[in-house]
Amino acid sequence: MKQLLIISGKGGTGKTTVAGAFIKLLQARAYADCDVDAPNLHLIVNHSGKAEKKEYHGLPKAHIAANLCIKCGLCEQNCRFDAIHHGQSFYIDDYACEGCGVCQYVCPASAISLREKTAGELMLYKNNSVFSTAQLKMGNGTSGMLVSEVKKQMKDAAAKDVTIAIIDGSPGIGCPVIASLSGVDLALIVTEPSISGISDLIRMIKTARQLGTAIAVCINKYDTNLKNTNTIEKYCSDNKIAFVGKIPYDKNAITAINDGKSIVDVDCPAANAIKKVFNNTLIIKEL
Amino acid sequence: MASKKIAILSGKGGTGKTLISVNLAAAEGNSYYVDCDVEEPNGHLFFKPQIIKKKNIFVKIPNINNTLCNGCRDCVNFCKFNALAYGKQVIVFEEVCHSCGGCMLVCPTQAITEKDKLIGVIEEGISGKVNTITGIMNTGEVSGVPIIKELLSIIKNAIGLIFIDCPPGSACVVMESVKDADYCILVTEPSVFGAHNLDMVYQLVSLFGKKCGVVLNKCEAGYNPSEDFCTKNNIEILAKIPFDKNLCSLNSNGKVAVRENYVNKDLFYSLLNKVKENIK
Repeated sequence: MKQLLIISGKGGTGKTTVAGAFIKLLQARAYADCDVDAPNLHLIVNHSGKAEKKEYHGLPKAHIAANLCIKCGLCEQNCRFDAIHHGQSFYIDDYACEGCGVCQYVCPASAISLREKTAGELMLYKNNSVFSTAQLKMGNGTSGMLVSEVKKQMKDAAAKDVTIAIIDGSPGIGCPVIASLSGVDLALIVTEPSISGISDLIRMIKTARQLGTAIAVCINKYDTNLKNTNTIEKYCSDNKIAFVGKIPYDKNAITAINDGKSIVDVDCPAANAIKKVFNNTLIIKEL
Repeated sequence: MASKKIAILSGKGGTGKTLISVNLAAAEGNSYYVDCDVEEPNGHLFFKPQIIKKKNIFVKIPNINNTLCNGCRDCVNFCKFNALAYGKQVIVFEEVCHSCGGCMLVCPTQAITEKDKLIGVIEEGISGKVNTITGIMNTGEVSGVPIIKELLSIIKNAIGLIFIDCPPGSACVVMESVKDADYCILVTEPSVFGAHNLDMVYQLVSLFGKKCGVVLNKCEAGYNPSEDFCTKNNIEILAKIPFDKNLCSLNSNGKVAVRENYVNKDLFYSLLNKVKENIK
């Protein structure tokens, strides 16, 4: 099974719209939403039936047993994450704790243990197709680990003869994006012709190259700034990056989302353009 | 005058956080603009600040002295992040190291010290009367949190209004940026995606007991699920910014709308006044 990841660097360029369209056009039998701290793909793809749900723990977090604590303060001094504070007693800030275990190690009174805490939830829908998604709990870290779990549960559940899986990524270039990029065959970067879009695209390309992931680029809302669109096309050709097409700004995109549909369910200019992008992407040799 | 920190966040990416932050800071004039979206910082593209100070940001990673190492593997066994392995000697996987310092503590032969690893830079600059502070994470790095922490410590003694442009999402990086805020502006767009992610960040700011209001960006005639959400949850709508080709074009060319001849720039001034009213 080959894996196609849709990412963008900058947020709001249309990753999920493109992913939703690709899933429909391919009649994909395996797909996943790796944007675990703001997932949206479930709002526009079919996922009838009940999800298999699984708690996600991430790393265990420190816990101080008040009755054993001798208030020596060694834990607070040695914590690098500002996760231990004290008033009358010493306590852990769960949001700041990364579960490194240093406090447990330095505690002379064995008052500190590491305990599992729920950090999110994994969901898996299995019908004719497999849809894997998750939601990270508010303010939690370790989203990269959750992303890896989302991909793993998709791979494990997908039928053996599935040829291509579609993965919707998250914005940025950090932890969840790096986890999303790992092991995929091609990353399609959806960008937009703004100064911000260009800057973020270049940082995204650099990140993907550092990880050795094959990439292709398409421009969404290309007609909102033709000059910047040209700049992006030229950048891609100068740097030998596969350029797979341009999608016009189209009000139907928002209407489709709000109706819970994929853009290719509507007969409109953006849908026609995405179909071309889709065909151009599928012939890239890595897929 | 005391300082007030205003965090601008959104959940969903691309709703207009930077547009709002940049224009509010420019409308206020003598103020601070802090870009906490260290993975994809964009505010500097609008302000084009004159850089007056650069500070490299480092994290600590283990440095193994192989002549002192006795091969006990205590460090490898201790590391919860699997950042260490033992082959013929200890191998450090720098990119997954969380800089907790545990390996150094557990080593019985003091074979581990720490060295600095560069993960990014903070640029302080000035654009008109606005002080700009931008965090830029190096590509290939996993976490920008140490850079955000440093950004927030730089503004600790600042005076006046401080506008904090947050990263998208609702994970640790966002929480870090919001923790010290006096007020939060939630920016959203008229789609189910926008409303769904607005719900998430609204929960996040509520969890921290922050006062907040919503800016509805890219408004057009017709159904607005985000506006619906605000009405249902009794959240103040601070401004409605229409979808407007002129604003779109200024924005995509990296121009600050309130500094240009933009017909609707009053929108940003009245938003600023509302926010000031709310933080009094």
